[in-house]
Amino acid sequence: MTVENTAARKPRRSSKRVSAAKKPTSSEPQLVQLLTPEGERVANPDYDRHVADLGPEELRGLYRDMVLTRRFDAEATALQRQGELGLWASLLGQEAAQIGSGRALRDDDYVFPTYREHGVAWCRGVDPTNLLGMFRGVNHGGWDPGSNNFHLYTIVIGSQTLHATGYAMGVAKDGADSAVIAYFGDGASSQGDVAESFTFSAVYNAPVVFFCQNNQWAISEPTERQTRVPLYQRAQGYGFPGVRVDGNDVLACLAVTRSALERARRGEGPTLVEAFTYRMGAHTTSDDPTRYRHDDERAAWEAKDPILRLRKYLADQGHADEAFFTGLEAESDTLAKRVREAVRAMPDPDDMAMFEHVYADGHALVDEERAQFAAYQASFSTEPDSGSAAGAEEGK
Amino acid sequence: MAVEKMSLAKALNESLRKALDTDPKVLVMGEDVGKLGGVFRITDGLQKDFGEERVIDTPLAESGIVGTAIGLALRGYRPVVEIQFDGFVFPAYDQIVTQLAKMHARALGKVKLPVVVRIPYGGGIGAVEHHSESPEALFAHVAGLKVVSPSNAADGYWMLQQAIQSDDPVIFFEPKRRYWDKAEVDTESIPDPLHTARVARPGTDITLAAYGPMVKVCLEAAAAAEEEGKSVEVLDLRSMSPIDFDAVQRSVERTGRLVVVHEAPVFYGSGAEIAARITERCFYHLEAPVLRVGGFHAPYPPARLEEEYLPGLDRVLDAVDRSLAY
Repeated sequence: MTVENTAARKPRRSSKRVSAAKKPTSSEPQLVQLLTPEGERVANPDYDRHVADLGPEELRGLYRDMVLTRRFDAEATALQRQGELGLWASLLGQEAAQIGSGRALRDDDYVFPTYREHGVAWCRGVDPTNLLGMFRGVNHGGWDPGSNNFHLYTIVIGSQTLHATGYAMGVAKDGADSAVIAYFGDGASSQGDVAESFTFSAVYNAPVVFFCQNNQWAISEPTERQTRVPLYQRAQGYGFPGVRVDGNDVLACLAVTRSALERARRGEGPTLVEAFTYRMGAHTTSDDPTRYRHDDERAAWEAKDPILRLRKYLADQGHADEAFFTGLEAESDTLAKRVREAVRAMPDPDDMAMFEHVYADGHALVDEERAQFAAYQASFSTEPDSGSAAGAEEGK
Repeated sequence: MAVEKMSLAKALNESLRKALDTDPKVLVMGEDVGKLGGVFRITDGLQKDFGEERVIDTPLAESGIVGTAIGLALRGYRPVVEIQFDGFVFPAYDQIVTQLAKMHARALGKVKLPVVVRIPYGGGIGAVEHHSESPEALFAHVAGLKVVSPSNAADGYWMLQQAIQSDDPVIFFEPKRRYWDKAEVDTESIPDPLHTARVARPGTDITLAAYGPMVKVCLEAAAAAEEEGKSVEVLDLRSMSPIDFDAVQRSVERTGRLVVVHEAPVFYGSGAEIAARITERCFYHLEAPVLRVGGFHAPYPPARLEEEYLPGLDRVLDAVDRSLAY
């Protein structure tokens, strides 16, 4: 059963008709869906054309992206448990939202992520090992944002939606036809910065897509603590369309994001996409979801698993055979091994690194403190040998 | 030589005009900066001449102004944003402190944030609440930001262009009560680097260090002290981050005494930082403890009391006398 969100299409009468036919509730939301939890393809007159180009190979590609991302995520979680990472923010359950939207992007589009967009990073070609540096504590982001058009993870909730909007304003000024996408969560929707980014993007008609992954929980606070209306409806008040998509349906996420990006490229301004999904794991490895939610909730969402439903579809359609699935398992193992080894081999930053890149043009105080600290560190190596091996190590 | 007498407001306007004219990537953004020309008219006529794509009226949302400026800078633009008054910068404080200041370091130098945040600051114009504050220490304390304040038209003209040319974010505090003070501006001579202090008046008995609106008060105090036979040196710091401690040290090594003067509350203020560093650097040259003159640890008072709150000639001269009495 597919129910089209009408906010994007606007005609009021049709909206009433749909409302009468199916009243939205939070447990049974109106959402764009192309692939049911049972793996059945359902038609959608508005969005089918956005995925019409997908043949068996492309479908297998989406499946591969989701499987490898999930495996990477599981490995990172394990590495945190083994003490190799200080923290990890798992994306378990959100693979379809991230891969679907990530694969909708063109190379020249620009992405502003939060700190959980490991699947989007994968789609952008960011080496997954680079995502782990900040969680291991060796840097605050281990990649050059410009080389993949994938900005650094942003930890302060919602800040990046304004950066995305400003960047999109610049894209429009440049006369370019690329688009910008900003990721955030249902918790961030309560932040003033997100509201301000809606205002700015609407006023300046900026080519930006706001991709909200409503994973139902902001740490322990449920979506009901963030909003009294479905999040996609927020867009209406700002004057641009909002769409709710089944966030566990990779085809629907791909189609809806492509549609929104095309709209942005045509100069028609922003779109809010609410990907209705579920965070299957904890908020981060420091969180304990058993304190605030029931197992049966997770069980209900496990039945909607984004990977299983595409697997079923691929198998039913004869698009993938057992050899494909077995091969992918082996590829996952290889990826996990590579990630594990790369993390363990990550060197601690040099002592003096904290003084680097504080300023682009330099700063007298930083120069002074760098010199003082260097002299202090050097003083250990010039001390007379006390015969202690530990002392020698300290002096490195 | 192109020397012209103009107000600080006019000098800042001319400076923005030159920056917009020289570099097509420079943008001016803020509330009311377009048709109105800003509430202080600093951007007067700029939108008419450079268009709405370069001089951008924004929604009334300070975090949005700075946050979108960050995005524009990431796209290769050089936004100069106007915060209407000092007390209104705080909705943008999060974007300035958590994002603007840190993004260059977080990206290991791969991205640059050439954003200038212009803030008319300080008191003395009889304004209502939130229109007269001096929050410079709150910004100078944050690594990644540079903080400057011109005290006169010539510095206003040059320092703003230097700030715009900087690849670092610069918080540019404009002493609003000096907007209408006129001075000669040489629009062709090569100025000092942005973060160097300047001896505004040489002297031999004591050093007064100030910036922004307080430089004029200190110059008046030095003139009054001269009538009593005291030779007061006035140092215009011009930059609060970094601070040109070498210049302060040179002066104090000559005079042996230092009084720091600012409008901001003394407690945890820039005077405390200067006093501590100069005590460390000049311990054997100092004839007296470094003294501070500034605002009180109280909310900025209603306009009818601001003359009591702000350091005036008498409070500065009193500090000079206390220092010389040691």
